Amino acid sequence: MEAQPNTPATSPPDKPARWVMPGLGLFQGLAVTGKNMVQSFYKKERMTTVQYPEERAPISPNFRNFPFLVYDNDPKAGLRCTACSICEKECPPQCIYIVLERDENGKSLKRPKVFDIDLSVCMNCGICAEVCPFDSIYMDGEYELSTDDRFGGLLFGLDRLSKSAEYHMKLRPEQASEVMARRKADEEKKAAAAAAKIAKAKADAEAKKAAAEEKGGEQ
Amino acid sequence: MVSAPSTYSSAPILEGSDADQLLRVSLGPQHPSTHGVFRMNVVLDGETVVSLKPVFGYLHRNHEKIAEGVTYLSSMPYTDRLDYICPLSNNWAYASAVEKLAGIEVPERAEYMRVILAELTRLINHTAFMGFILGDMGAWGSALMYAFRERELILDLFEDLTGARMMANFMRFGGCRNDLPAGWAEKCSVLVDDYGPFLDEMEKFLVGNEILLARCQDVGQLPKETLINGGITGPMLRAAGVNYDIRKADPYGIYERFSFRIPLGDKGDCYDRIMIRFLEMRESLKILRQALDQLPDGDYVNPKIKIRNFKPPVGEAYARIEGPKGELGFHLISDGTVNPYRYRVRPPSFINLTLLEDMCLGLDLADVVIILGSIDIVLGEVDR
Repeated sequence: MEAQPNTPATSPPDKPARWVMPGLGLFQGLAVTGKNMVQSFYKKERMTTVQYPEERAPISPNFRNFPFLVYDNDPKAGLRCTACSICEKECPPQCIYIVLERDENGKSLKRPKVFDIDLSVCMNCGICAEVCPFDSIYMDGEYELSTDDRFGGLLFGLDRLSKSAEYHMKLRPEQASEVMARRKADEEKKAAAAAAKIAKAKADAEAKKAAAEEKGGEQ
Repeated sequence: MVSAPSTYSSAPILEGSDADQLLRVSLGPQHPSTHGVFRMNVVLDGETVVSLKPVFGYLHRNHEKIAEGVTYLSSMPYTDRLDYICPLSNNWAYASAVEKLAGIEVPERAEYMRVILAELTRLINHTAFMGFILGDMGAWGSALMYAFRERELILDLFEDLTGARMMANFMRFGGCRNDLPAGWAEKCSVLVDDYGPFLDEMEKFLVGNEILLARCQDVGQLPKETLINGGITGPMLRAAGVNYDIRKADPYGIYERFSFRIPLGDKGDCYDRIMIRFLEMRESLKILRQALDQLPDGDYVNPKIKIRNFKPPVGEAYARIEGPKGELGFHLISDGTVNPYRYRVRPPSFINLTLLEDMCLGLDLADVVIILGSIDIVLGEVDR
């Protein structure tokens, strides 16, 4: 492609001659430093340090750090995760490890037996939360995760990953309420569908019965 | 003049007779001038550089090979970690490569968001550069603190939008991950207005400084032809007066809609490289102002794109953008599966670094550090 016209008029501005007045530039720079130093005592935008453990800078509502699993009501039975392993596959550093729980006949119970995330490998990218189709995994805002236990302390299992839907609601009200509304609508739809199915089955049975009776009557 | 000894042995050997001894100095691999884990094997004749061999790879993380083993989406957070000063430009370059490969259209609002984020990233990069180059000249502290103070304001915006200060992981194929939060554009607008005065202050702080002038002017020049032949791009090339900016030469995104100019230097020394970046920041502010004023409503991501099990068609694509450091390109070859068959990055820092020896020969050891600083490298990108 041909280069588009550009007016290269903005070459560097007049360079100050080097030794017109030795020390002038230095003095100017020092004046800037002085201004910054003095203002750093009273001007809010120049007082940038936060005394961390005593006071904390507010974190943004979008801030993401480490994933957690959401459960409704019961930590074990209410877990939304179905152990589908989509997040395990999509995780860029492959730090998620999932084992599906099965009953004694080997039938899938659609919930995880093991769900481990290695904190020391996780890069907090949030892709697991993004790809999850079951609204189960979300990013937490917790950032004080350091521990003195090098191995076990950095491996998060189900017990430490599972957090309630209320926690999610508190952490990200907007996202959580949207999710809740969608899930509720889905459930209602499902319930309605199930009810319709039952009603249909009932109607079918009745129709059959009626037909049979009619047949019997004819005979 | 004795010939330079082999550069890759370890001991600091003295060679030649007493009159013309050569001394080998290993600069690095600890931060030689805050730019990362980089080593230079320098052979000195007194103070003068006779030979300089860069040694890198200390931060090699196998980026390209990892990308061949994970899905297209999973490579996105890895691109944040290439040039970690400006993750959002990297995101854009990668996203546009995949979009080219799969023929995905980007909605208008997303294009505007991308331009805004890329230009904010350019501000971050050049601001941080000012701090680093002053650090290289021995002005540790104030300059870097001022630069980082302003940079932090932009990073706060990024955190509000993407959830992370630096590792944004924000662009998606066909748009961006989420929409701008309420009030974000207004905050950004305020920042754009406040940035000009900061640049004035910074310029006052630096430009007339006699030490800076003495150390930067007429240091590290190369002829235009050498720079072009060496594949140098970005502010380094433009400082030498070559009018080449991909935003104008091969417009991508919606850059054609904005009016801005490409600053050019005339000498190509370190001083020009610093000034070019100042001027580029001012042009970026112009673009930002226009983009924020024109920001349309609409989709922030192409709704047809599915996020799981994304498979582009068989083929290959190369897409490039004008990153803050130069031409940043991604070359992808797809075999139709969920993983790329080949994934290649064209990192501006790495290619700009290749002419380091040519720039340094015949100069003093102290100049080497400034020249390295003026190239503006990030080792995450050099080593990948």
